[in-house]
Amino acid sequence: MKKTQNVTIKGTKDGLTLHLDDSCSYEELKEEIDHKLSDSARSREDRLLSVHVQVGNRYLTTEQEEEIKELVRQKKNLVVDSISSNVITKEEAEQIKKENEVVPVARIIRSGQVLQVPGDLLLVGDVNPGGTVIAGGNIYIMGVLRGVAHAGFNGDKEAIVTASVMKPSQIRISDCITRAPDHYQDDDKREMECAYINDSDQITVDRLQMLMHLRPNITRLEGGY
Amino acid sequence: MGEAIVITSGKGGVGKTTTSANVGTALALQGKKVCLVDTDIGLRNLDVVMGLENRIIYDLVDVLEGRCKVHQALVKDKRFEDMLYLLPAAQTSDKTAVTPEQMKELISNLKQDYDYIIIDCPAGIEHGYRNAVAGADRAIVVTTPEVSAVRDADRIIGLLEKEENVESPKLIINRIRNQMMKNGDMLDVDEIATHLSIDLIGIVADDDEVIRASNHGEPIALNPNSKAAIAYRNIARRILGESIPLQPLEDEAPGVFSKLKKFFGVK
Ligand SMILES: Nc1ncnc2c1ncn2[C@@H]1O[C@H](COP(=O)(O)OP(=O)(O)O)[C@@H](O)[C@H]1O
Ligand SMILES: [Mg+2]
Repeated sequence: MKKTQNVTIKGTKDGLTLHLDDSCSYEELKEEIDHKLSDSARSREDRLLSVHVQVGNRYLTTEQEEEIKELVRQKKNLVVDSISSNVITKEEAEQIKKENEVVPVARIIRSGQVLQVPGDLLLVGDVNPGGTVIAGGNIYIMGVLRGVAHAGFNGDKEAIVTASVMKPSQIRISDCITRAPDHYQDDDKREMECAYINDSDQITVDRLQMLMHLRPNITRLEGGY
Repeated sequence: MGEAIVITSGKGGVGKTTTSANVGTALALQGKKVCLVDTDIGLRNLDVVMGLENRIIYDLVDVLEGRCKVHQALVKDKRFEDMLYLLPAAQTSDKTAVTPEQMKELISNLKQDYDYIIIDCPAGIEHGYRNAVAGADRAIVVTTPEVSAVRDADRIIGLLEKEENVESPKLIINRIRNQMMKNGDMLDVDEIATHLSIDLIGIVADDDEVIRASNHGEPIALNPNSKAAIAYRNIARRILGESIPLQPLEDEAPGVFSKLKKFFGVK
């Protein structure tokens, strides 16, 4: 009986791509990778060759991914650059959904209170001095920001903070921090503003209208209107 | 069945005890049967402000630990027929001697016999605060027009909003000095009310008479000629559900309080 190919290797200008069949058993796969890669005689090259692994509709656990990387690494001059799969777990899907969701909250965040969401935050209410709002994504405040806002909590430098009245004690975006001037002038309205990280890696505050130019990706509406 | 109102602030020295004494007195003047409860264990002084210190025999902790019955510990205010009583705090005990559950039971017993229980809360947000709030149905937050006092009031309001059994708190701004407010040296009333965004139930001027009266053990609310007394009496009437616009300070500072009416729902 002729065995079907579970592992196909393609050379590209970036290195090798391994296509792994997603219907055979994982053990079979491992064996065949081991076998196939030992066959390919390229021992004279001393340049490190990167390998992209495509696993189709197979879900690999982190341990299995490590195993495959290890297997490839044992072969001379090969190193796994990426493993891509068409499938993710339900948990991962839910996490992605959460991180891309806008969570509306109608409340006042008072001194000593902390409100944190994984995705974008839409706060209808004020953040009082001593209060803190934190979001994995953007923070939109329909109210007065007088406390601390931290957008892009997980490192997203594209994240922004908007407020109807922008008088924060501190704004943080990703790992950038900016603090308020020691005093706001009484006649300083600070209405309808947004804060973002500019090209020189510093937080800047600008008119809200600038947002569509600064962060066109914020708009998720597709098509015309 | 009566209602229990806790007077609280976060920060110390802003006027909780003064407010408790005067609001309690003003409610009694309105013909309500009132019991003042001092929960500031170790630092009691509601009895002093009320001029009742000499009559204390038992205190709150004696009641909770079963050394006496509640009615034995209650000190009657002779100035009011049978309308005003005080349950004094213990001066010597440790404040952890009392638990929120005990307070809840005590207050709910007192509610059987009184129209209003006014609970004077200690400063801070720890044990003493939790005891004071445990049996309350309503809360009044006292602040002064100072940034730090407002900050602490905000913190307390946040905690009170989490209490399921307590109605959303009302605000008293105490020790207002018109001249300083006009000069912009003090937060103005409007600014504070907007910032804390809870209903304002009264404003009280900074008045030396308040201190003098407290030192004589005669709460200012008893003196009908003082502006502060009128302010406390108005607060009492608002607690009873009357809709009274802010009067006492309006003539002194036209404009400053004009926007305030909206917080009372007065057109
Ligand atoms: N409206 C007022 N005008 C002048 N002095 C006041 C006023 N309210 C309170 N005080 C004074 O401020 C001090 C602190 O008040 P107190 O009621 O004991 O505060 P707390 O109970 O919050 O610690 C006292 O000396 C009191 O007489
Ligand atoms: Mg006190």
